[in-house]
Amino acid sequence: MRSLLAIAWRDIRSVFVSPIAYVVLCGFLVLAGWFFFNLIGNFNAMVAQYSSVQGYDTSWLNLNDAVVAPLIQNLSVVLVIVVPMITMRSFAEERSMGTYELLFTSPISVASMVTGKFLAGVFLVTLMIGLTLVFPGILLYYGNPEVGLIATGYFGLYLMALSFVAIGVFTSALTSNQIVATVTALVISLLLFVIAWPAEQSAGWVKETLLHLAITEHVGTMIRGVLDTKDLVYFVSVPVLFLFLAYRTVESARWR
Amino acid sequence: MIEVRDLTKTYGSVTAVDAATFTVATGQAAGFLGPNGAGKTTTMRIITGFMPATSGTVRVDGFDVFEDSFEVRKRIGYLPETPPLYLEMKIRPYLHYVAALKSVPRSKVKDAADRVIHQCGLEHVAHRLCGNMSKGYRQRIGLAQALIHDPSVLVLDEPTIGLDPAQIIEIRELIRNLAKERTVILSTHILPEVAQICSKVVIINAGRIALESEVSELTKNRTLEEVYMGHVSGEALPTGGAEAGEGNNNA
Repeated sequence: MRSLLAIAWRDIRSVFVSPIAYVVLCGFLVLAGWFFFNLIGNFNAMVAQYSSVQGYDTSWLNLNDAVVAPLIQNLSVVLVIVVPMITMRSFAEERSMGTYELLFTSPISVASMVTGKFLAGVFLVTLMIGLTLVFPGILLYYGNPEVGLIATGYFGLYLMALSFVAIGVFTSALTSNQIVATVTALVISLLLFVIAWPAEQSAGWVKETLLHLAITEHVGTMIRGVLDTKDLVYFVSVPVLFLFLAYRTVESARWR
Repeated sequence: MIEVRDLTKTYGSVTAVDAATFTVATGQAAGFLGPNGAGKTTTMRIITGFMPATSGTVRVDGFDVFEDSFEVRKRIGYLPETPPLYLEMKIRPYLHYVAALKSVPRSKVKDAADRVIHQCGLEHVAHRLCGNMSKGYRQRIGLAQALIHDPSVLVLDEPTIGLDPAQIIEIRELIRNLAKERTVILSTHILPEVAQICSKVVIINAGRIALESEVSELTKNRTLEEVYMGHVSGEALPTGGAEAGEGNNNA
């Protein structure tokens, strides 16, 4: 346990003594702020437009649908791209720097290494997503959005980010080249994003399977405010699967 | 105590180590010699448990490196070919981190770090970044991390490479002292170094152990150079990068 935390803590520190953490956090917040600014602007324009029409019912216009939901969706797209970049170093760098030899000649289990690396990534995405809570905060201060919807939506976004971290740790374990690790993680994460595209044209079990695999479907239900065990099972099994693959990869790398 | 029996390691079709057998006793420092690519690094990596052998056994202080890997790892201090440094870390935090990895008790971490910083002459630079250090200092930090958990067995892959003459003398003295109650195996290309530090010589050539002997016996009527050349000349080097280790499977 101690070595697990030591590994996680070292990774976190190394990200914060280099520009990586600041660039990633700032970049993410700049984009999030831009999304929020424009969504709010559109919302204002829509309210002004519709309420100028006499007798028009504007009750369907609300902050949750018009601002929070699209904000979370936009953030999830950014996470697909950014998370592989923060996880790419985890194992790949240890390999290329030769510190792999230190890890593997120390009395630490592979499971602790993988979990430690995962926790370090989790810490960063928690910080990234946590800081964007300022935008729902602004909405709550000035408006009257539904808190439950925001909570489930953000929870979905967070769970999705954890899945991406696990995927990134796995691809980082595959190679000593960080670019290869990033691109592979990006491809896997994006595939989970778009895998349900042919679902519209298909039917039966194919359609069911594609919809089950698509991460967007599961985040989607949570953004709509539905907490379904089906989605929670998905968000547990994806990280577990990829961390298990990472575990196997790290373990087997020594046999080659 | 290191006991290597019939150790064989193959990378695909390349045999890096071929049925190597030798022992290094406690209180003994063994010099591990051989041409580039002879299988020195591979053998050392197997002794430390970094990679498994294709066949054969290695026992460290009575523990099998494969069966009781954790017991072995707790007892071994290993300085790899490239010192395993995190360049963005300062030296003292780095040593504290390694101490945590080696399960040095929390209350003893600071003392252990102080001890190795002193032993390796890092007092004046302990607050500096590993990445800003010269080759010689990196080598010393590498040695410091190998010593932090006070291991009973030391595996040192070219420990004095990159050091200046004064440092070489210091480090040799340090290793000689450490070897008094520990088991030390070190690889080197500097033959006089073996005569100065080691009581035993193991020569490996093309993956096979060409010689295992006490230094005092060897140098009775010949120089170490003559002994070395006699055992490694005339043999072809193995094809392929036996010492490169995992280099090839990196994408």
